[in-house]
Amino acid sequence: MSDRANTLAIETKGLVKTFGKTRAVDGVDLAVPAGTVYGVLGPNGAGKTTAVRVLATLTRPDGGEARVFGHDVVREADTVRSKVSLTGQYASVDEDLTGLENLILLGRLIGHRKAAAKRRAEQLLDAFGLTEAAGRQVKKYSGGMRRRVDIAASIIRTPEVLFLDEPTTGLDPRSRNQVWDIVRIIVAQGTTVLLTTQYLDEADNLAGRIAVIDHGKVIAEGTPGELKASVGSGSVHVRLRDAGQRGEAERVLSANLSLGVNLEADPVALTARVDGNGGGAAEQASLALAALARSGITVDEFSLGQPSLDEVFLALTDHPATDDAEKEAVA
Amino acid sequence: MTTQSTTTTPTTTSSVYTPAASALSAVLSADEQPSRPSALAASIAFGWRAMLKIKHVPDQLFDVTAFPIMMTLMFTYLFGGALAGNTTDYLQYLLPGIMVMSVVMITMYTGVGVNTDIEKGVFDRFRTLPIWRPAALVGAILGDVFRYTIASTTILLLGLALGFRPGGGVLGVLAGVGLLVAFSFAFSWIWTMFGLLLRSEKSVMGVSMMVLFPMTFLSNVFVQPVTMPGWLQGFVAVNPVAHLVAAVRGLMYGEPDGYEIGWTLISGGAILLVFGALTMRLYNRK
Ligand SMILES: Nc1ncnc2c1ncn2[C@@H]1O[C@H](COP(=O)(O)OP(=O)(O)OP(=O)(O)O)[C@@H](O)[C@H]1O
Ligand SMILES: [Mg+2]
Repeated sequence: MSDRANTLAIETKGLVKTFGKTRAVDGVDLAVPAGTVYGVLGPNGAGKTTAVRVLATLTRPDGGEARVFGHDVVREADTVRSKVSLTGQYASVDEDLTGLENLILLGRLIGHRKAAAKRRAEQLLDAFGLTEAAGRQVKKYSGGMRRRVDIAASIIRTPEVLFLDEPTTGLDPRSRNQVWDIVRIIVAQGTTVLLTTQYLDEADNLAGRIAVIDHGKVIAEGTPGELKASVGSGSVHVRLRDAGQRGEAERVLSANLSLGVNLEADPVALTARVDGNGGGAAEQASLALAALARSGITVDEFSLGQPSLDEVFLALTDHPATDDAEKEAVA
Repeated sequence: MTTQSTTTTPTTTSSVYTPAASALSAVLSADEQPSRPSALAASIAFGWRAMLKIKHVPDQLFDVTAFPIMMTLMFTYLFGGALAGNTTDYLQYLLPGIMVMSVVMITMYTGVGVNTDIEKGVFDRFRTLPIWRPAALVGAILGDVFRYTIASTTILLLGLALGFRPGGGVLGVLAGVGLLVAFSFAFSWIWTMFGLLLRSEKSVMGVSMMVLFPMTFLSNVFVQPVTMPGWLQGFVAVNPVAHLVAAVRGLMYGEPDGYEIGWTLISGGAILLVFGALTMRLYNRK
């Protein structure tokens, strides 16, 4: 066990990948312990997919190095391929084929004979609740079913490292929970999972460690607890009745909550990050709310939630999460 | 033709799926690790994928049946009277040639297919498998070989119905079709290269036309090269398609020509080596 904890499943040093002038991955260092879930958190265009593609041997890096269980992703690509499996951000099965046909094809490609491939495919479809849909073309699947068949395809051979690129983007809450459960079961069986996401709560729920990346660089790394200590464990959203009182409300909240207050686009709304250390987020938030009431500020709506990715970014950098491509499109 | 409209809305399953730890863990641990498939086994698996695609999208077979029928009828009746006095006599000369021309032209769909297929996420999955690298492309071309065989058979049957009487008999005809299909397999690698190199399906089509029109028309498909000006005869003499036509004619007539067959095998082999290597370079870079 202790041996396992010391082994690194994935290790990168100064990893760089450029596309023309875009430095999609710009000097990334990662160390992913074996047998854990590692979250890579970042907004659109941060370089998540590019980093995953380099690690899965699909793209050659332009600088630095990357190893999977000690094997170099460029020089020992074939060995790395025998250990990893990738569930891409977009459909990674053949949409023209049925779920069963896709899994049989992959079974044959890892070396099963036809009968064994069929047995394995049926077993997987059953475990993923897709037996009924086995004979239907994947293009006719719902979003949640598609993700499940994607993941089933990735564990046709139990991989040592599984890459999941934004596995829950675009899924409804129920499908999202199903994917989370699946990830937990897979990792409990000993597979190391590297998962990219745009949601802090997803990384918080699943990952043992998180790297936050922005513009190809790691801007923060640590356990969810460490990350939240620097970002704040919660976030209070307040809507006032009167926009004229917002300046006053901002002062009161700043005085009570040390982590900083945001004015939102909506002229009556503000958001404040809450530091959970010592006292708990809920307690601090209610004290701040009481202070607002004492100052005669009328609050119409109030909620306490996890900080959004935007707030994480605001805390870690001094800019909100933005996509370069979007900025260019606006300019 | 009956086109059935299928509903595309996903049917809602009555019972909600809950991932069961027991079932999933069983699947994960029941996994035996088979040994890596051979190059041939992997290629055949991809060939099976191509056949499944034909099964699910049968429209693809339209190109390989309607187009050859149209070519054969058009040129038999257009040139038959003028070039040979009557269509039946001309058909004896034209049929092997028009068969080669149609099948060689159909090879361009290989490039279009690769170009659209490679952009899909599923190719990323194939490229992360520890298998013989060219297998995915070899398999796709094996599927195309099936289409070439259908096209050849269609033309042959039409030709026989119109009065084509090959002297080589069944064996001669089979040998001719076999040589044509083998050459087309090699020739397809030109298009896989362009399919990977060019951005859009349209540009792949454009380039294919630019290459295929001169290679098929400037040949001995329609007329004997002796009727052509000297410079054109020079081109025909080095055009691999012209040698293929001569070789296929020889086999079908029952007068196999070793020189032409040799030319075809060597040029096909050279195309396969050069363009296969270029294709794999691009495939690994993609
Ligand atoms: N093939 C490519 N050619 C040119 N630029 C690219 C290519 N792939 C990615 N990029 C650029 O590299 C940067 C990082 O892209 P990447 O897809 O890795 O981001 P991401 O974090 O996965 O984003 P998303 O959340 O939208 O999936 C972006 O600016 C993108 O435009
Ligand atoms: Mg991405």
